[in-house]
Amino acid sequence: MRIFIADDEAPARERLKELLGDIAGEVETSVVGEAQNGLEALERVPASGAQVLLLDIKMPGMGGLEVARHLAALEHAPSVVFVTAHDRHAVEAFEVNALDYLLKPVRAARLADALRKAAAAAAPGREQLARAAAGAREYLSVVERHRIVLVPVRDILFLRAEQKYVTVRTREREHLIEESLIALEREFTGRFVRIHRNCLVARSAIRGFERAAGADDDPHWLVLLEGAAERLPVSRRQWPMLRELVAEKP
Amino acid sequence: MVSIRQNVFPDVLPDFRNLGVIARVLVAVNALALAGSLFAATDLWQALERFLRAAAFLEPLLLAELVALFALSPWLARLSYWTGYALIVLLTTLLAAGYHAAVLGIAAVGVGEVSRTMVTCALVGAGLLAYFRLLTKAYSPALAEARLQALQARIRPHFLFNSLNAVLALIRRDPRRAERSLEDLSDLFRTLMSEPRQFVRLAEEIALLERYSELEQLRLGERLRITWELDAAPLDALLPPLVLQPLLENAVYHGVEPGTATGDVLVQIERRGDRVFACIENPYLEAELGRAGNRIALENIRERLALFFDAEARIDTHAANGRYRVEIEMPYRASTP
Repeated sequence: MRIFIADDEAPARERLKELLGDIAGEVETSVVGEAQNGLEALERVPASGAQVLLLDIKMPGMGGLEVARHLAALEHAPSVVFVTAHDRHAVEAFEVNALDYLLKPVRAARLADALRKAAAAAAPGREQLARAAAGAREYLSVVERHRIVLVPVRDILFLRAEQKYVTVRTREREHLIEESLIALEREFTGRFVRIHRNCLVARSAIRGFERAAGADDDPHWLVLLEGAAERLPVSRRQWPMLRELVAEKP
Repeated sequence: MVSIRQNVFPDVLPDFRNLGVIARVLVAVNALALAGSLFAATDLWQALERFLRAAAFLEPLLLAELVALFALSPWLARLSYWTGYALIVLLTTLLAAGYHAAVLGIAAVGVGEVSRTMVTCALVGAGLLAYFRLLTKAYSPALAEARLQALQARIRPHFLFNSLNAVLALIRRDPRRAERSLEDLSDLFRTLMSEPRQFVRLAEEIALLERYSELEQLRLGERLRITWELDAAPLDALLPPLVLQPLLENAVYHGVEPGTATGDVLVQIERRGDRVFACIENPYLEAELGRAGNRIALENIRERLALFFDAEARIDTHAANGRYRVEIEMPYRASTP
């Protein structure tokens, strides 16, 4: 069984490797990679060929739960066993959502059980992980061949649904992701505001509004953006709410 | 529990060298004079006039009493509570009588008036001492509770389990270092679980900081870099226990652990004249903005400093240029060896 270990503390990684050695008689494993923070894990896991990921929850840069959420989009996503020293919220959420976890210090017997179970189980689903997460992600992710490209949520100007994809627009470029706009709106309330049935705009990116030129008897408004040339149409239904937002903006 | 508290917090005379105590005495006596003037006068204007006249008489006496008590304070503190109590009342009363006689002349006012001054003074003095006694009584359980609360808020289970995990990882590779780490861990917990004490020597608190930092270093390795500036630290200074260690723990928890880069922490303690100055500084991480955990420890320390030093200690925080800094300043009180 190919294992990947992600933990920010070197002694914790050493300890897991020791334990894997101890249980080699019961479960045969090989460690195919290690990472010392969440972002490093996302970079290395896809190409590592890992089948099971031992994933610490509290890591700098990106926590284990968010790492698992991004990896879930991979075609051959590894099974995940979370590891935590103490996180009451996470442990409760794992129980409720049937995610497997180990408590530090880890016992060899528990580790063997968890690995056997993980080998048989599929990778945790995106919805399952989303329900277990305490808050919104800091990144959205796009799978490009065997690579996960991360888009920081705070760099996103707007999200627009087109057929089965959502376009993610930053200052520099566009990405396509396979998520639902409604779920995104729910996850990032506060950061984005709905301006149209198919479009969410970052509040901080709104520069102003412009009345649509050459309008007939049905005038409507366009959102002007900070950092992008596009003008996005505002639906009549959303306009009153947006106008108030402008009034609040200093 | 009750009996323990009584042992730990016996009656003590107020510290007449403490600014808070002096201020309370000044305010209370003047408030009494004002109340008396209001009571005796027929209208507000007259009351004010009476108060000013009373104050002109009273203030020099009051200051003289406070100076005398200030001078005698260390000596008084060595007496048993009730002996001290009686002596203070006697002393202030005699001073008042002497002052009255000297200012107005015994012949001019007569024995009756002087004895009235003496009785008033004795009553006010006894009343104030009773007030201070109640004040410490009221604070003592709060003190014990605050101490307990500090304890619970401080040992982060996260720290305990991660440290144990790190030690487990050491046992096979470096048994000696594992032994040392377990010793550090037990020293740390011995202090956390010890009987509540009023004061510890700064040297003890610094030893605690070092034990704690050893354990964090084991876990975090090169991600944690602590600079110690302790050359001018007054090792014999007295301070409430666990005032600095929680601050270092906060610095690591909020300033180093959530970051991927190396986190520089500065610990600086020094004596500046009759003050002890301590400062702990860590990187200010954007991801940690708006976390509430840190406040609890700070409030707890602020409260305990106020209990021990009244208005004479301060604790401030600054965030600037990507650094977060906590500063503590308190009076230097040397421990008697």
